[in-house]
Amino acid sequence: MRYEAPRTLEAAVALLSGANGQARVLAGGTDLLIQMRGGRLDPDLLVDIKGIPEMTSIVAESGVFRFGAAVPCMELVEHKALAKAWPGVIDGANLIGSIQVRGRATAGGNLCNASPAADTVPALIAAGAVVSIVGPRGRREAPVEDIATGPGRTSLAKGEIVASFLLPRRPPRSGDAYLRFIPRTEMDIAVVGAGINLTLDEAGVCRQARVSIGAVAERALLVPEAAATLIGTKVDAEALKRLAAAVSAACRPIDDKRGTKEYRIKVAGVMARRAAEIALERARRTS
Amino acid sequence: MAKVHVTATLNGNAVEFLCETRQTLLQVLRDELQLTGTKEGCGTGDCGACSVTVDGRLMCSCLVLGAEVQGKSIQTIEGMAEGDKLHPLQRKFLEHAALQCGICTPGVLIAAKSLLERNPDPTEEQVRYWLAGNLCRCTGYQKIVEAVLDAASEMRGG
Repeated sequence: MRYEAPRTLEAAVALLSGANGQARVLAGGTDLLIQMRGGRLDPDLLVDIKGIPEMTSIVAESGVFRFGAAVPCMELVEHKALAKAWPGVIDGANLIGSIQVRGRATAGGNLCNASPAADTVPALIAAGAVVSIVGPRGRREAPVEDIATGPGRTSLAKGEIVASFLLPRRPPRSGDAYLRFIPRTEMDIAVVGAGINLTLDEAGVCRQARVSIGAVAERALLVPEAAATLIGTKVDAEALKRLAAAVSAACRPIDDKRGTKEYRIKVAGVMARRAAEIALERARRTS
Repeated sequence: MAKVHVTATLNGNAVEFLCETRQTLLQVLRDELQLTGTKEGCGTGDCGACSVTVDGRLMCSCLVLGAEVQGKSIQTIEGMAEGDKLHPLQRKFLEHAALQCGICTPGVLIAAKSLLERNPDPTEEQVRYWLAGNLCRCTGYQKIVEAVLDAASEMRGG
């Protein structure tokens, strides 16, 4: 196996697209190295992208945040301005594995590993994050919800790399939150996850909302019909009830050792409601 | 396939080694550099026995390739005591009997040191959450948590 650590995105793309045999991007390695050790994956080439400045930096410009796909979760969590602007994105980044795992694990890896239970993904989808992708045919942008297509599968073409995430400018009175259900407090994989992002007007009426759910389908879902239950309301008990129902209706989960289909459908609604309550509280606090 | 030549800093000293591209930092530490204080538990990032810091960041050395630490600074358990003088955390672990079999202990100590560098006055809850990635099957954690809190207090001059 070859190991390469290029310094530019162009060099990384050239290595990946020119590779004979299996090539993999190495970011935090918290999924990849385990898959290699377990014999599920036997790459001929690893391209370590942590020497590429765009992929390892966090930049804030007039209310817009761009963070590299290879920034470890702990660095996101410790970035005060980012944590203040996007607490829901930080909720997701702060739930993955242990401190040790978060010292390595990255949002780019979490997205491209394409686990339906990835914790950063529903939070980023709810936030309206866009990824910047660099490949053999240049650069393109795509919403986060368009990347994973199913367990372990993405819409990326050969040689394409998710380089960075862009979080849009936030209107005032905005708040976001991500919650997941696990049977213990730490070190587990989501049974269900829910990310909510909303913006209130001066009268406290919800004007914009995005709702995303994880671990209840083959990939994290954006659920516009659930967001519609919040828009135009004061996110009161009635709206939250309709939110939970719309979220449960959008679930198409599997039965597995972590939860039955029926259980996941019910709990997804509960998690969405609770996340909406936290997002609401955060939106009110910023006003 | 030629081996990768890596130069790095290990517990404050320059170090260089040759490794296979597939070798983890844990394997390099134990098998190439004969620093066996860092333990292998699960090998999949779940147990924390192989905890080290790389450029000040706590991580599992089983989830890092040796080739990745080119130019980096690594701290292992071997760098914790100053000669014969134990680090306060090490001393408090002995005083509180916060270890039994000892396999998890180097990783717990490295993780606890990393916590106290960021937060010199953690609550019990903060200690428990920070150490959630360090499994111990002997102690039941209570004595570990007490030792960390006591060491923190002493290090603050309390």
